[in-house]
Amino acid sequence: MKKIIVVGNGMVGYKFCEKFVQQSTDSAFKLTVFGEEPRPAYDRVHLSEYFENQDAKALEMAPAEWYVENGIDLVTNERVVDIHRDSKTITTSKDRTFTYDYLILATGSSPFVPPIKGVEKKGVFVYRTIEDLEGMLAYAADLKKTNPDAKAAVLGGGLLGLEAGKAVLDMGLEPHIVEFAPKLMPRQLDSRSSKVLQLKLESIGLNIHLSKATNQILGDDAIVGMEFGEDDVLNVDMLIVSAGIRPRDELAKTCDLEVGVRGGIVVNNKMQTTDENIYAIGEVALLNQMIYGLVAPGYDMADIAVKQILGDVSAEMPEEIDMSTKLKLIGVDVASFGEPFMPASKGHSIIYEDKTKFLYKRINVSLDRKTLLGGILVGDAADYNMLHQMYMNSMAIPEEPAQLILPTSDGAAAFGDVMDLPDDAQVCSCESVTKGQICGAIESGEAKDLADVVSCTKAGTGCGGCKPMVKDITEATLKSLGIEVKDSICEHFDYNRQDLYKIIQVKGYQTFNEVLDNHGNGGHGCELCKPVVASLMASIHADTANKEYAIQDSNDRFLANIQRNGTYSVVPRVPGGEITPDKLIALGEIAKKYDLYTKVTGGVRIDLFGATLNQLPLIWKDLIAHGFESGHAYGKSLRTVKTCVGSTWCRYGMDESVSFGIELENRYRGIRAPHKIKGGVSGCIRECAEARGKDFGLIAVEGGWNLYVGGNGGATPRHAELFAEQIDNETVIKYLDRYLMLYMRTAKPLQRTAAWQERLEGGIEYLKEVIIEDKLGIAKDLEEEMQTLVNKFECEWTQAVNDPEMMKRFNHFVNSKEEDDNIVFVPMRDQKMPEPWK
Amino acid sequence: MITVAKKYKSVKPDEVKVWFKAASVNDFPKDGGACVKYKDLQIAVFNFARLNTWFATQNLSPEKEEMVLSRGMIGDHKGTPMVACPLHKKLFSLVDGTNLNGDLDPIATYPIKIEEENVYIGFAD
Ligand code: SRM
Ligand SMILES: Cc1cc2nc3c(=O)[nH]c(=O)nc-3n(C[C@H](O)[C@H](O)[C@H](O)COP(=O)(O)OP(=O)(O)OC[C@H]3O[C@@H](n4cnc5c(N)ncnc54)[C@H](O)[C@@H]3O)c2cc1C
Ligand code: SF4
Ligand code: FES
Repeated sequence: MKKIIVVGNGMVGYKFCEKFVQQSTDSAFKLTVFGEEPRPAYDRVHLSEYFENQDAKALEMAPAEWYVENGIDLVTNERVVDIHRDSKTITTSKDRTFTYDYLILATGSSPFVPPIKGVEKKGVFVYRTIEDLEGMLAYAADLKKTNPDAKAAVLGGGLLGLEAGKAVLDMGLEPHIVEFAPKLMPRQLDSRSSKVLQLKLESIGLNIHLSKATNQILGDDAIVGMEFGEDDVLNVDMLIVSAGIRPRDELAKTCDLEVGVRGGIVVNNKMQTTDENIYAIGEVALLNQMIYGLVAPGYDMADIAVKQILGDVSAEMPEEIDMSTKLKLIGVDVASFGEPFMPASKGHSIIYEDKTKFLYKRINVSLDRKTLLGGILVGDAADYNMLHQMYMNSMAIPEEPAQLILPTSDGAAAFGDVMDLPDDAQVCSCESVTKGQICGAIESGEAKDLADVVSCTKAGTGCGGCKPMVKDITEATLKSLGIEVKDSICEHFDYNRQDLYKIIQVKGYQTFNEVLDNHGNGGHGCELCKPVVASLMASIHADTANKEYAIQDSNDRFLANIQRNGTYSVVPRVPGGEITPDKLIALGEIAKKYDLYTKVTGGVRIDLFGATLNQLPLIWKDLIAHGFESGHAYGKSLRTVKTCVGSTWCRYGMDESVSFGIELENRYRGIRAPHKIKGGVSGCIRECAEARGKDFGLIAVEGGWNLYVGGNGGATPRHAELFAEQIDNETVIKYLDRYLMLYMRTAKPLQRTAAWQERLEGGIEYLKEVIIEDKLGIAKDLEEEMQTLVNKFECEWTQAVNDPEMMKRFNHFVNSKEEDDNIVFVPMRDQKMPEPWK
Repeated sequence: MITVAKKYKSVKPDEVKVWFKAASVNDFPKDGGACVKYKDLQIAVFNFARLNTWFATQNLSPEKEEMVLSRGMIGDHKGTPMVACPLHKKLFSLVDGTNLNGDLDPIATYPIKIEEENVYIGFAD
């Protein structure tokens, strides 16, 4: 068996492993990977997301188990320090020696820190690893404690520098960008577009300092400022250096592999170094005299190295490597592709600029005006994907090329259709997925919707920049196959849930038949549209499920969850999980009286199982007499707000999580929504209430609550995203009212907040704009609607047991008081259970 | 072994020997169902008010043999009046009992008539 050692477990090192596993058909090779970082490879491109959720797991390229399952030995926390080419061995920082047949150097690069005096001071950071970010977060938090107006600068106004600037803004420090060149993003933008970008960034609060050479970093122990000229000083409390990258080619020097003058291990187009058994890939490789600081070319390099080793000796890197980029900075669109700066001898440039809208678009076309050579987009990069494709595939452009960038009244008509792209057009450059592969996955039946396409082709899972185009192609292909891509709720309505919400609200309909007769397609409704309309009526008019019970899902109709054998479970509300001993005893006694199976639920309350239909109202009468009310365990409505004990008892508690949890549960109880809603309130960051696994979660921190939204357990667990920090109780309620109401208005049937939020155009940032900044001007309406629902709350079980007419519903037979004779219980441990299904 | 399901056999209108007076029309929800006891049988009766028609079927869901169909939602599936089983949403035609979204055994259906505000179900014995 041949041994392959991969040095570096970063994005490209990982991709090498992944491609190797995919492409090798036998087990003739053994892969061992060394990574110097403490964890398996993670997605550096989306590193900034760590600021939002501090969830390192979410960034993982693959969990540690993946390596085990694929027979790869992954060694983290151990650096390779020496290569001995003559004996084909390497030595590690733990002084261990390993032999190889092939060696893959995927050591990436490190941030370049210019040798400025004082740069070693405390508070100076680089921006490359999770540990870097952790350091920054801790430092910023400390700073803010003593100085709420603390400032931070970023050295470098390039792509990464601006991303770091956004991070500074998000950390709540006053952001400054210091750039040596006279313009921002000097490598990607021309002067005019750079100016437009600058204006836009200044408008969102970034302070930009151009043409500044930093002479020294001021401060005794920690940084207090940067000095440019004698009287030119910028006072800052923190600095992030983002002045370019340096390939980590130190290993090449230990064994005399050729390196470039400015660093980087020299490779040929097979990705071999000057030793044919040693490959270099990713940001450490110097190919065509260039370091390609992007993942997509790195992934291609990994692919070529894999192919070479597996014997496909004709595999080579293409001559031209695409360096088009789109900035991920939220709130500012910037993209450049192909040749952004065009010398007049090679082509013509067409420029559209509107400073009032911070808009700049430039395209460069060939002298014969037939092809697109490159361009720059600032302020609105919606057309980037299509322009990029036209450039990559040398597609024909309109006779009037200006149409490609001029604002049109009817959208992007000048582009033609995504389906005009050639089949081999590479739509996702990160994962090398072509349009043909996307269409193929759908045509073969393997993929039925966008989610399927993404999971079976991996398109859009890298930088994510191609997602809009993947979506368009998917929808167009489905359509061409005659598969309708509409989200109407069922055969009886041509509307989706959101449309119906508006219709019912505006028309004030009170019954299902009114809605169906006025807006349906004929027919009589079904198991899909009836519960949707029932839920909408409840959300709009605060109706309980008692009002029109025949259109309710079975559980809502009988205000209990139907069980395997047609009996029901009973779950009274226990707000926040707090319960008195007397109430506990009452639960026990009632369970005994009706011979019910009892269990503590996963939602930390008590469930009584095995009640027959006839028993339900009797049990509830008893429960209500002891002060209980419906727990809505059967409804698409608020379930529980799980709490930890918080500062009431816990030595670490920062706030009263139980009190607040109870308040929230009582506020939102009974409210019907597209799907169930769960909340959690934790008293400190130890998070004993698992608040971030809930639709809304609160964690007490210094100075208030951190509010998280859109979490989910279930089949697709997701952590909730950080929505607002250090806010007080009142603000939490304000934001939650708006958030939940917006969700109730716009989500699809049976779509939990997590899925809704994930598919929401603009994501969490958009939500913040609508909910915190009120950009749609609907915040007040949302709050009022929620308050109406809160005021109108009524326990539907109390309603039911006090109304003889409603009580009739709970007889198993209309013509007899007897119970269902088909139910058989068998003993289980000290209780009972339904007879198993055959 | 005699399974419960065997007790339920569709009755055609011309086979009716007994018209069993089940209950008053007001005992059944509009566009919904309720269960009637006849000897040792459980019959689901549906008041399909939108069609001004009544249907009767076995209450037993053939999938898991539980007595639940009368508690299901009714409506139409591509035009055929149907009931959705509350346990796993299997759909059954109210007209001839066939399973509309799977290949389960059909459910038994029974003739039904309304006279003087009372609901009668037809049985062969
Ligand atoms: C009773 C309970 C299990 C238990 O014995 O502990 C339970 C029981 C059921 N769960 Fe659950 N879930 C229970 C806690 C949970 C939890 C834990 C939690 O709430 O912290 C989760 C994961 C958290 C989450 O929802 O994000 C959970 C995720 C689900 C899901 C998946 C939802 C999703 O978004 O993917 C379903 C299926 C669904 O709703 O479509 C589900 C569906 C069900 C149903 C309704 C299935 C069904 O249709 O019969 C079960 C109803 C049984 C009954 O009669 O009560 N249950 N279920 C728990 C009741 C909690 C309560 O006090 O109300
Ligand atoms: C904040 C940020 C945003 C970015 N955004 C984008 C973007 O939008 N689009 C884009 O295309 N690119 C982006 N990039 C660049 C992209 O992350 C890199 O191109 C990519 O990570 C390079 O992969 P790599 O495997 O070559 O290097 P790395 O990911 O750096 O991995 C190298 C690994 O090797 C380890 N290592 C080094 N030496 C040794 C040794 N001797 N022994 C053991 N282990 C060693 C290192 O610790 C590191 O873990 C961004 C980078 C950053 C930092
Ligand atoms: S996990 Fe499955 S089986 Fe268990 S209670 Fe939830 S839905 Fe039922
Ligand atoms: S191009 Fe980056 S994910 Fe597709």
